[in-house]
Amino acid sequence: MDRNNRGKVGKDNVELDSNKNGDLCWWLLHKGLTSLFLCISMFGLLVRWTVSLHSYSGAGNPPKFGDYEAQRHWMEITVNLPAQDWYINSTKNDLSYWGLDYPPLTAYQSYIHGLFLRFFDPESVTLFTSRGYESYIGKLLMRFTVLSSDLLIFFPSVLYFIHAYYDVHSRGRKADVAWHILLILINPCLVLIDHGHFQYNCISLGLALAAVAAILSQRDLLACVLFCLSLNHKQMSTYFAPAFFSHLLGKCLRRKHPLLEISKLGMVVLGTFAMVWWPYLHSRNAALQVLSRLAPFERGIYEDYVANFWCTSSVLIKWKRLFPTQSLRLFSMVATILACLPSMVQQILAPSSKGFLYGLLNSSLSFYLFSFQVHEKSILLPLLPATLLAMEWPRPFKLLTHYALFSMFPLVCRDNLILPYIALYALCIFLYHPPGGRWDEATRQGSTPLSLVSVLLTLAYLGSLVLHIVYLTVRPPERYPFLFEALIMLLSFSHFVLFAFHTNIKQWMLSGHLIGSDKGKKQH
Amino acid sequence: MASRQSMLPEICWNLLWFFGVAACVKLLLIPSYHSTDFEVHRHWLALTRSLPLSQWYSNETSPWTLDYPPFFAYFEYFLSFFASLVDPQIVDIHEGLNYKADTVVYFQRISVIVSDLCLVYGIYRLTRKLETQKRVVMWILVIWSPALVIVDHMHFQYNGFLLGMLMLSISCLQDGRDLMGGFLFAVLLCFKHLFAVAGPVYFVYLLRHYCRGGLFKGLGRLATMGAVVVAVFAAAFGPFFYHGQIQQVISRMFPFGRGLCHAYWAPNFWVFYIILDKGLAFLLKKFGIDIPTPAASFTGGLVGDSSPFAVLPQVTPLSTFIMVLLALSPCLVKIWKNPHPGSVARWISYAYTCGFLFGWHVHEKASLHFVIPLAIVAVQSLEDAQHYFLLSIATCYSLFPLLYEAQEYPIKVVLLLLHSMLMWFGFSAKYSKVKPPTISDNKKTRKKGSSSSSRSGEEGEFMIGWGGKCYIIGIVMVETWGQLLHPYFLGDKLPFAPLLLISIYCGVEVVYSWVWQLKRIMAD
Repeated sequence: MDRNNRGKVGKDNVELDSNKNGDLCWWLLHKGLTSLFLCISMFGLLVRWTVSLHSYSGAGNPPKFGDYEAQRHWMEITVNLPAQDWYINSTKNDLSYWGLDYPPLTAYQSYIHGLFLRFFDPESVTLFTSRGYESYIGKLLMRFTVLSSDLLIFFPSVLYFIHAYYDVHSRGRKADVAWHILLILINPCLVLIDHGHFQYNCISLGLALAAVAAILSQRDLLACVLFCLSLNHKQMSTYFAPAFFSHLLGKCLRRKHPLLEISKLGMVVLGTFAMVWWPYLHSRNAALQVLSRLAPFERGIYEDYVANFWCTSSVLIKWKRLFPTQSLRLFSMVATILACLPSMVQQILAPSSKGFLYGLLNSSLSFYLFSFQVHEKSILLPLLPATLLAMEWPRPFKLLTHYALFSMFPLVCRDNLILPYIALYALCIFLYHPPGGRWDEATRQGSTPLSLVSVLLTLAYLGSLVLHIVYLTVRPPERYPFLFEALIMLLSFSHFVLFAFHTNIKQWMLSGHLIGSDKGKKQH
Repeated sequence: MASRQSMLPEICWNLLWFFGVAACVKLLLIPSYHSTDFEVHRHWLALTRSLPLSQWYSNETSPWTLDYPPFFAYFEYFLSFFASLVDPQIVDIHEGLNYKADTVVYFQRISVIVSDLCLVYGIYRLTRKLETQKRVVMWILVIWSPALVIVDHMHFQYNGFLLGMLMLSISCLQDGRDLMGGFLFAVLLCFKHLFAVAGPVYFVYLLRHYCRGGLFKGLGRLATMGAVVVAVFAAAFGPFFYHGQIQQVISRMFPFGRGLCHAYWAPNFWVFYIILDKGLAFLLKKFGIDIPTPAASFTGGLVGDSSPFAVLPQVTPLSTFIMVLLALSPCLVKIWKNPHPGSVARWISYAYTCGFLFGWHVHEKASLHFVIPLAIVAVQSLEDAQHYFLLSIATCYSLFPLLYEAQEYPIKVVLLLLHSMLMWFGFSAKYSKVKPPTISDNKKTRKKGSSSSSRSGEEGEFMIGWGGKCYIIGIVMVETWGQLLHPYFLGDKLPFAPLLLISIYCGVEVVYSWVWQLKRIMAD
């Protein structure tokens, strides 16, 4: 509000000033946080639903279709079979056709959504006959299930996070809060994958985000429950596990009775898992059967063209040919652990809220870069903590979003989602550069002069823009049919690696200040 | 003044930012539902490209014959040049019939988005001299208008472009450039003759404001203005006159055989007239008086020539014309007495309100003609803002039946909610008594202390009175009835009842707005 009032004082000279400060959003900030949030989430809803008008993964593409059919098939299975049979291959449940390979919470969610579908359009979830079912109303209902999950889980989590985050850092200005909400809600990659491609990342990411918010507001037990739920919705949430583990461990170690605290958290984790896994706990076999579905180790170290270490380096070293899957599994595990070790150590030594957010970013990035069987969609996981930290360092964040989108471009093209890709990309550029450039002002002051790094970054950026067009228009040479995919992967990968270095250094730099200040707090 | 000049590019960029955000959403809306108007405009592209000018108005290849004035046909001719580059089938008069490929959808949708730049320019001209606050509120009202999105970018029309020209004309009148204003209005009439309702206002205003300064000078100016208008019309209709087609053009432009009301009744005076007629007929029948049942029914859609009224007198085009003029006359007298440029926007909007309320065969889309120009007035005072708030919601709601498919339902609801919230934010930030609490604690805040009191002193607080609140709750109830309760209780019986209810309910607000505007004009 300060800015709009200043604009009124003297129209001639001060208005100029206020304009430069991006005064154009004064009207948004007049009311309280909740109404602001409501307004922005309306916009988020609008964008999500308009994206969902477009095509989805595997539309009209038999025999296996795509993720849309997978989700629908799970609804079909869960609605028609008892919970014990969901993960078991049988005459009624052919696991080779989109067998359920996510943890039980996904199955429960499919069950609920399946009931919803059965109520309005029974044909879409009948056993066997509904395979490859596609219709106007069916698509609408399916899209609605994603939208409603987003609305029920991700949106409230964002609100919770905003409350927690800006309590911690109370110096945040209202305009910053507004932009921050906008950045988290309108994350182009998440919107494209969930509402375009068709997945339910909003649920697992929303639960993880709520867990983060709970940690920021010092409710560690709640955070454990929420994070376990997130893990039980998609095993990919493991990407965040090192950060949660190290932060909570670090915190417990600094309390009076570390062992008691740790065992309390452990009990909560076990309890949550037991509740979610209840139908499969009656025998060891049943639980192992589910587990084996979750860990698709037979699928190879990478698929398609994903911008991680294994896939990128396979241009030079043919990992798949040189080593058996067994040892590759070991390699990837060691590499991942090594990569996220520094950030874990930092959090155990000096747990702090900001350090925790950086820890999330670092651990998820190292999983993305080095772990086994990574999909291009997994970039969503590092992107979530990155959006949470967006206000800290806008420019690297913008670049990260750019490359995250870019790395998914081949996938988007396959799904026929180029138009929403372009529209969301443009929308992002607009949102990242609000009139007057308010929220990245702080960092702009300290921006480096023309250095080698910035020149390289600019060149790479321009290169990636050109590659978009080349990918769409030029046919690759016949000897290298995947030349452009490889180039996209290479560019994105190099950026992700740079980014990971950068964030690790940032996290460690943080601890220097925070150890001091935390100690200071304790004395008071 | 120098500083003003240097600010202009800044305003441009900010305005383009608003436009850009809207454009991204519009891009996302490309695959949404479009009405037959889409095919109408596609056919016109083909018509103008593949036939000589002399056959434009006589061709009957498709039922969607050209019924806009010549400039619009030239506009389509201009567009068809690009269309033929994109895909020659679009402009093929026979092969292109009901052509539904992606190319034609993308081309036509994008042509609407681009042509909206005309509106942006009009708004730029209108707002460039306003204070920041008023300017931004107006941008929210017009650039982000949900009604325009629904009609232009989903239903499919080119209203943004045409209204842009009207805005340009108004801005010229406000700046005192009467000749230019008159010229632009004449051009607009040759694009779409439905805008002619404001003709009397223009005529009286220009006569009194432009043609003044003594008899000699006045007559000279009248002659100049007349010459300009005649030149515009000659440019538009001349070629058709040359080909002897003028009769055909006129008969196409004024199809009076279409009946008093459109298939879906616009929320205007005639709805009440029909209801009254039905009610009276019902009552009289109860009292045993025999009444011949009308040959045509309103609920059947197209009405034709036969009288649909049982009791009340027949309505003819002439009588509607006289009623519009009668409704306008107090305003015309007012203009005659005191033609000052400040109120031009108010008078023009009033004229379109009269046209909407009493006109012959009015479409619900025509409410745009007065809602958009009223935005200029809405930022002028608190009462205007409060009046606009309700009117805008009601007219936007009255457009809901245009999008009747399930897929677009969330979009129209979210659009309306978002618009109401933004309006509410904008107006209440502009008109507020209390200094809002800010989270900010930086140095800049201190400077503003003195300014906030001076700002809030001038006007009251933006509030929606109990009447307005009841009205809004009523909208929710009408919508709930139409969507849930009616199908639940009555099933397929009386399918027109929900639509009728919407017409009546929104009609109440339009009539109220008409009275309010009239009172306001008389009080000035």
